[in-house]
Formats: sequence, C-alpha cells, structure tokens
Amino acid sequence: MRLEPKPSPSIVHTLLYPAGAIVATLLVASLLVMAAGASPFNVFWLVLKGAAGSQFALVETLTRATPLIFTGLAVAVAFRAKLWNIGAEAQLYIGAVMTVVLGTGAVTLPSLALIPLIMISAMFAGALLLLGPALLKTRFGVDEVVTTLLLNFIILLFVSMLLEGVLKDPMGLGWPQSKRIIAEAQLPRLIQGKRLHFGFVIAIASALVTWVIMKKTVLGYEMRAVGHNGEAARFAGIPVNRVLMKTALLSGGLAALAGFSEVAGLKGNLTLDLSPGYGYTGIVVAMLAMLNPLGVIAAAIFVAGIFVGADAMSRSAGVPSYIAQVMVATALLTMVTAIMLTRFRIRWR
Amino acid sequence: MEAFEILFTTSLWVAAIRIASPLIFATMGELICERAGVLNLGIEGIMTVGAFAGWFAVYAGGDLWFGVIAAALAGAAFGLLHGVLTVPLGLSQHVTGIGITLLATSLTYFIYRIALPEVTSPPKIESFQPLAIPVLSDIPLVGPALFNQTPLTYLAYATVAIVAWVLYRTPAGLAVRAAGENPSSVEAQGISVTAVRVGAVMAGSALMAIGGAFLTMSAFNSFFFEMINGRGWICIALVVFGSWRPGKALVGAILFAAFDAYQVRLQQVTGGIVPYQVFLMLPYVLSILALIAVARRATYPKALMVPYQKGER
Amino acid sequence: MDASQGGGAETVLRLAGITKRFGPLVANDAVSFELRRGEVIALLGENGAGKTTLMNILFGHYVADEGEVEAFGEKLPPGDPAAALAAGIGMVHQHFTLADQMSVLENIALGTQRMFAPRFDRTSARARIAKLSQDFGLHVKAEALVADLTVGERQRVEILKALYRDARILILDEPTAVLTPLETDALFATLEMLVARGLSIIFISHKLNEVMAVSDRVLVLRAGRLAGERATAETDRGELAALMVGEEIRTPQVVAHRAGEPVLEIEGVSAAGQGTGAALDRVSLTLSAGEITGLAGVSGNGQAALAALIAGTLVPASGQMRIRRETVSGWSPRAALAHRIGRIPEDRHAIGMIGDMNVTENVISESYRSPRFSRAGFLDWKAAREFAMSIIAAYDVKCPSPEARVRLLSGGNMQKLILGRALDGDPAVILANQPTRGLDVGAVAYVHSQLLAARERGAAILLISEDLDEVLALSDRIVVMSKGRLSPPSRRGELTVREIGELMAGHGVFDTGESHAA
Repeated sequence: MRLEPKPSPSIVHTLLYPAGAIVATLLVASLLVMAAGASPFNVFWLVLKGAAGSQFALVETLTRATPLIFTGLAVAVAFRAKLWNIGAEAQLYIGAVMTVVLGTGAVTLPSLALIPLIMISAMFAGALLLLGPALLKTRFGVDEVVTTLLLNFIILLFVSMLLEGVLKDPMGLGWPQSKRIIAEAQLPRLIQGKRLHFGFVIAIASALVTWVIMKKTVLGYEMRAVGHNGEAARFAGIPVNRVLMKTALLSGGLAALAGFSEVAGLKGNLTLDLSPGYGYTGIVVAMLAMLNPLGVIAAAIFVAGIFVGADAMSRSAGVPSYIAQVMVATALLTMVTAIMLTRFRIRWR
Repeated sequence: MEAFEILFTTSLWVAAIRIASPLIFATMGELICERAGVLNLGIEGIMTVGAFAGWFAVYAGGDLWFGVIAAALAGAAFGLLHGVLTVPLGLSQHVTGIGITLLATSLTYFIYRIALPEVTSPPKIESFQPLAIPVLSDIPLVGPALFNQTPLTYLAYATVAIVAWVLYRTPAGLAVRAAGENPSSVEAQGISVTAVRVGAVMAGSALMAIGGAFLTMSAFNSFFFEMINGRGWICIALVVFGSWRPGKALVGAILFAAFDAYQVRLQQVTGGIVPYQVFLMLPYVLSILALIAVARRATYPKALMVPYQKGER
Repeated sequence: MDASQGGGAETVLRLAGITKRFGPLVANDAVSFELRRGEVIALLGENGAGKTTLMNILFGHYVADEGEVEAFGEKLPPGDPAAALAAGIGMVHQHFTLADQMSVLENIALGTQRMFAPRFDRTSARARIAKLSQDFGLHVKAEALVADLTVGERQRVEILKALYRDARILILDEPTAVLTPLETDALFATLEMLVARGLSIIFISHKLNEVMAVSDRVLVLRAGRLAGERATAETDRGELAALMVGEEIRTPQVVAHRAGEPVLEIEGVSAAGQGTGAALDRVSLTLSAGEITGLAGVSGNGQAALAALIAGTLVPASGQMRIRRETVSGWSPRAALAHRIGRIPEDRHAIGMIGDMNVTENVISESYRSPRFSRAGFLDWKAAREFAMSIIAAYDVKCPSPEARVRLLSGGNMQKLILGRALDGDPAVILANQPTRGLDVGAVAYVHSQLLAARERGAAILLISEDLDEVLALSDRIVVMSKGRLSPPSRRGELTVREIGELMAGHGVFDTGESHAA
C-alpha cells in the first residue's frame, strides 16, 4: 500500500474521519465496559450526565478543563515548531512553585498587582525550564524528547524536596504540602460557592492570544515555517535557532500558567498530587485540536468531560475510572490516524 | 562506612546487576526498534504492560516462564500497533509513541482494577529466585554480583549476545540495519521495508515487556501502579549513550545501575544532611549529562524517524 | 554494439499496454515494447517523460493501472520487486540504493540468503563477489564501507548486486549523471562485456550522444507515450531530438556583450563540504554585472558548498568575500539577501519551498520582515497576498489561488514561484543552482529566458548545472569544478567539450588561490 496526498481534502472527509475516530474510541471503550460487566449504553449515559448533565457537572468539567487548556496550548505551540516538548508536567509544577513562593506572604501587594506579578514570574520560571532542553537541542543536538521527559522526574523530586524542606507548611501535620497562599494572591471564583475560578478566563484569553500569535504575527509565521521545513526556513533567512528559543519560552510559560492557575484558583496550596498528569494529557488535547489554539479550548473541555464524567460514572456503575484515560489515549491514536486519512488516500496498489 | 569503600562491597554490585537487568532488556528492545528506523516512545507503557502481564499470568496460576512469554506477547501486540501506525501509515513517531504509552499504561491499570476489584494491598506471587552458578559465583566481588542472580538476569545477559549476533551476523539483522540506514536498499533487494520495520518493532517491544516483567517477577513479587517510574525513558537515553550498539548499551546500563545502587547507599552514609531527593534525582541528571557528552559524536541510524514510502528514493 | 546480434534472438522481456496515472497526471500511456536477448535498448526522453516511472513499474516499485509485464515468457506479478529479482531483472537506480554504514558485501548479499537463517554466510558471499568482479572487471573491496566509496565504485556495487542475483536483464536509470567522462567510458566497457555474455540491457538517458554510443535500438518516450522507435544504426541525433521534444529544439540565442563591474568577488575561500560533497579548497571566483558564469562539473565536487556559500548558509573557514568591493562579515542567508543576492536553490522541494505552506506564505519567506509585509511584529497578509498574486500573474504560475499549498503544484510552477521570489527587487547577484532540473521543455525555456533577461538588466549570474549543454548554451564564461577546486575561467567557445571533460575529471590547471588574470 502507499499513501497519496489528496489535492484538496474534501469537507465530507474532514468531518467523517474524525467522527469515525470518536466512534472507534467508543467501540474500544464499550468492549472494556463489557469486560467490566456493565452495559456500555448505561455507562456512556452516566459519563455524559456526569460531565454535562447538571450545572454542578458542567462547572466541574470547565474547572478540570482549565489546566488542560494551558498545557494543551503549551504543547500545540511547541509541536507547531516541531519542538517536542513532553515536559509540560514539569513546567506546570515549576509554575506552581513560583506561585507559592511569591503568594504565601513573601510579597504583600494588592491583588491587582500581586496576581500579575505571580503570573509573570510563574511563566518566566516555566519558560526558563524549557529553554534548557531547547538550548541542548540547538547547541549540542541532544534530543529534547528525552531531556524534557527526564526533567519531569527531576522536577517532581525537586518539588518533593521543597515540600519537605523550605516550602513545608509547619502547620501541615507533617504532610508534604506548602502553606496556603494569602487572600490577595487568590484568583476569584467565577460563580459564588462553585469551584470554577478566574483561571478559566485567563485560559480562554491565553488561547485567543496564542491564536493571534500563530495566525497574525511574524513569530507565528516563523514558528510554522520552522516546524514544516526547518531546512527551507533556514535557507530563506529565518533564524531557526532563535525561533526555537522563542517557541520554548512561549510553550514553557503557557504550561507554567496551568500550575499557577491550579494553585491560585483552585487548591490554594502546593502538594505532590497537584497534577494527575495534566502535562501528558495536554499532548492529547493539542493533537485532538490539530494544534489549533482555539481548537484546544474545545478539545480540553471534551477531555475534561470524559474525566469528570468517568469519575461520576465510576462511583455509580462500578467501572474503574481508568476507562477515561483509556478513552483519551485511544482518541489520540484514532484521531491522528483520522487526520492523516483526510490528507492522504491509501492506495493498495 | 566511607563513600569510597561502598564501591567495593558485594551488595552494591549485586544490587547494580539487579537494577540493570530490566534496563538491559528494555534497552535492547528500543535499540532494535531504532536500528530499524523507528523511535518507540511506547516503551514506558509497554514495560508497564509487561510488568502486569507477566505477574498476572503467574498470579492466575501459570508457570513463571509462561509469565515471561505472556509478557512478551503482550508487548509484541502493542509493538504491532505502534508499528502499523508509524510504518505503513507513517504517523508521527513521537505522538504515536506517547499515545501508546498512555494507552498501554491506562489499559493496564483498568484491567488490574477489574481483574482484582477487591484487593487493597497488591497480591504477591512466588517470583524467580536467585540461582547460584557453581564455581563462577564464588569469585570474590564479581562472582555473587554476576552469577548469583535470578534466571531472568541470565536471560538478560543472553539477550545482549543474541541481539548483537542477530544484528551483525544474520540475514535478518542485516535487513533490520539496512532498513534503519537506507530503506530503499532493502526494497531494492526485494524485501518489504514495512515487514522488516514492523517486525523489528514487535520484537523490540516484546523485549521491553520482558524488562517490565523482570520488575514484578524477579525484583519484586507484586504489581504496583507507577512502578516503571521513568525507566523506559532512561532506556531511550541509554540507547543513544550506547551509540546504537548492543555492547556499549550494556556497559551504559550497568554503569547507570551501579550509580543508582551507589546513590542509595550514599544516602545512608550522608544521613540526612543532603535531602534524599537529590540522590533520587541523580540518575536522571546523569542520563541527561550522558546524552550531552555523546550527542556530538553519535552516529545514529540515518533513516531513524524517517517514514518510508514504497518506490521512494 | 552490433545490432545484428539482437536481430533474431529470443524475446526476454515484454511490456504490453502499460498505463500509470498519478491523480490527473498520466505518467505512462499504453507503453508497449519488447527486449531481446543480448540487446541494448535505450529509453530516451526528457525529464518527466515517464522513463523512471516505467522502469519502476517493471521492477515492481509501482503497480500499473493497466497492462502487464512478461519476463522470459512468464507474467510478472505486479508490485513485487522480489518477483522481478527472481525473474532475473536487476535495476541500477539513479539514486543509489545502498546503506552507507554497511559493507559492500552486506549490501550486495542483503536479502539473498534465507531470512531467518541463524547465520549470515559471509564466506560464500565473499567468494561469489570475488568471482563476479573478476569475470566482469568490476573491482571493489568487499569489506569496505559503502560510505568510503567513490560514486563510480558505488555504481559498480549496484551492478554487482544485480549480477549476484543472476540478473539476465539489467536496467540502468540515468547511470552517467553522476560519472566523469572517464568513468562513463569504463561503464560503457562494462556494458559491452555484459551484453557479450548474453545479458540484455535497458539504458535510460536523456543524453543523445550516449544513447547513440551505447544502444542497438532507441525507444523515445514523450509525455508518457512511446513517440517512436528506431534502430540506432539507422537514425541520427537530429531525428531523435525531434522525437524527444516533439519540435525543433531552439537553443537560446545569447548575444555576446561586454561585462560590467565585478559585483561578487570570492577570494581563496575554503569551506566545509555539504553532505557527501567535496569541501571548497581555496576557491576564487569573480561574478561581474551583466554576465552569466557557467559552472560545469560532476556532481559532488563542491558545487553544493559553493552554492551554499553564495546563498549564505555556509560561512567561509578562510579566505574572503567582497560584494561591490566591500568585504562582507557576519555572513548568513539574511546577509546574502540584504546584499541583494537572489537564490535559486538546487532542491526546490527540500529547501526551495515549504511544501505544506501556501503560495503566499512561501513567496514572502525571504522578505517577510521588511516594512512591506510586517509592522510591529504583525504580518500584513493583505500585502503579502497581493505580492503573491503579482508573482502568479507575472510568472504565469498555474495554481488555483494564493492559498493553495505549494506541495500540490507541479515542479515547473514551483520553480516559477522561486524565480519570482528570487528576482523580486532586481537582485544584483543571482545564484541559479540546477535551475531547470526535472522541468519539462517549456518550463526550461522559460527559466532560460528569465535568466537571460536578468543578465540584460545587469545581474551577475552564476549558473551551476550538471547539464553541460545548458552551461555551454547560456554562459558568457565557464569555470569547471573538481574535487573542491575551481579552474580559471575561460571565455565562451574557448574550450572544446573534450577539454572541459578533462577538467571535470580533475586533469588540468586549477586555481590555487593566488590571483590570476581573469
């Protein structure tokens, strides 16, 4: 068999194949649900209800989507320039560290000054963290996939060290957790008494800004050129290495915002279970969105819905909530296949 | 005990070889995949699958060696998936690999949960026991380290020799190396590049899974979540460090494991002055440093990560 | 070779009604022919006429949409290189299919032994290779790494690969493109020996003199169709040329005129080689306004490095460059563009254009930072689109819209976009590296006319081409490159083709970096 590029992807296929990917994902999930002794239709209904069936469910889904929008954006911009940042998890944690370093009373300012200060510091820390692997890639030719992956483990241990050391909450009954951030550092809740917070608004705004950067600016153009064909970009006079550095700064900064938003908006302090793999899930979000910053919003809400819905379903139907992760991973693989099929035709002869 | 003296303790080297064993399997597995031109970032998930499959086969009443075979088959199945998606369909090897890791890991956890819904603490199995090789195991220092290990460790040694032999001394290995260097040289000789690459990824993935199974069937005797803990990613670094050669990669794995075993003992010596996390970080830091050291002179397979289409030159 | 030899001999290969389409393009249209034992057929045609596609079908890389192939009376299963090999068909590809980091022996014996045998039998393979190279005079070291071989040696390995498998039919795809005239003669001698032993040969080429020299019969392919078939002894170059292009070839008329001021001066520059090509060794070259300097040479002798140097992607290790008498520093693609160097790169797909971006995005890639297209970090897409439209109109680019992805354009249209981008703003220096490779006749003529027009406007042009005829037709002066060194320039018509060939092979006077009278 061979793959032949299609002159212009048809609209029918552009809709049909991704829909097929969703169906395939549901089929895989159905098999697993049946293996767990439950009825697929009942389980999917419960997932849907748990994700969007009530105001509580919707708010919970949007809350869970917030960090995924940030990590999804981080991955989307990096992958666009073919900078394989698999380290959003570490950048998220370093953003969270900056948030508790500055937000627990070390700096006292009114909210309107303190929150931007923390945000910028968190982005700066995340940006610097990805700059390292990017420099190693351009200077020494070290593959950034491996370095960013390994940095995830290093940073998690580093956070653990901080939480048992300088950042440890003396009132925490010995648990490895940081002090709570002060009121001025907290992001306001969007709805009184609900968990959805201002971080969601920042996430949407970030997606819009990222979209503008990618579509309208010189930097976005350079990033796309470098990602599509680095050799040709270099020949045309585009400073490839400098563009990769800027990409790393942008991507790392966006991922760090996830950590900032989780601490300042939701949790109030830093613990080692701040992120259940949001950095890795960001890769799925970005790919489902076909690396489009606005698509990231939809993809993040979709993925968060599966997670939130599966949690709710798991409690009532007794199917392990890991089904959500299986579905998300399956969706990633089927979706990249579907995207390929919209662009290429398989010829068996 | 002084930091330096630890280097001459038998227990250090026994531990080093034990730590190295799963890395050796998985590194050889990744090496085969990359030699054929396919980066396999599914390694972390495939090791998880192997750890579970091997353990579960034994837990369900199977023989230990049956467990090893079960792990290998489960690994090969995920290898087939990765191979089909990346070779004939030409999808991004990075994205697909990460997807395989996410899928394999979550599927394993899901199956663990439905297979053992009631358990609170992880059930144990009768794992492989050390088997002293007469005479050789009596050599001071290295004897117990190299020759008083479980049969799976001996299998790890054999794997290196077999992988090296196959790659350099058999027609199939020739085809694998050529597929990673210049796939058109394979097709021009009437061999299917797709078959060679997918086959190599399946074989490599089977080895990765056996590496995972080592953890549940030889190092520990039960299955924990998160038990692979980045070992797969370290194996990817070891392949680069070993310049895609089995012998050098073996040396890398043993050096790495010795360092890992050493830092655990050093923790006890320094007793609380330095936070233990610093020591736990060191192996990962070391991996990055090793990559930097070899990056400039690495001669990687030319067609690594380059998809191939029939008739293309 | 003796034509009568092939006359009544048995038919070894038969192609019947082969048709192959790639989307709307018909690469082969009902092509049929027969090859007889001990015969050399030349398959002649322009670039893009469908020669390589036809041979790829024959060898099983592609599957034909219609038609069938018969070897020694047996029908070949489509799309199966293994079956073609087993039937005794061997193919020497234009781009060698060798694994560089493996030995000659391993490359030759790959796939000839039982795949899952526990041991690769080196000894018998070595003996067989030794015997074959003895018999056919194809000398190579079996244990040498392919990466260490010269181009000529690699080609011998490719031929040995076929012979090792007892090929009775040998297909050679543009085998002389990478050879020096001397190596070409050696290849022809080898072919003669092969035919004497009963092999049949299909020789693919677009060079008339070679076809006349080597073949018994000529098949001319034009736009995918068999345009004619002639016995070599009964035809001449003129007739074949007419068949090949379908009309009289018009060689461009170059009116001699006086060159202007020197614009780009390269003095004693040494620099690293590009890819597998030779490094530059104390190269000196002056390009003057209103003059085309043609660079001839066998590929891989440093042309790529010289092109990269002028394009700005390669920085001189020693020596210096002056542009309008001013020594350049901080050399980079951007510096080259700032000095008004227009660049037409060798490989339009790999570095000339970004296939997955659209026409607009591609035409501004060298100038997007200028105030014309961007302000305060934001791109002015409206201005960019208008620029794209103006290039599409001025250069007659056939594309649906400026939003079309470049990957989907034909080679000729892609090259027109590159021309439009490079010639925008009337460059002082033009680097034209293989500007017509792979283009059809019409597109070639168009590129030539644009280069000549730029010369009229006073541009200093360097034309690098593997096609000696092109160099001879367009250049005011000619330099020859061999092993990273440059010969002193000679005026148009000063040297014979034979003398240029000698220079290409590295025999003759070469610039040593000291100044010379130009």
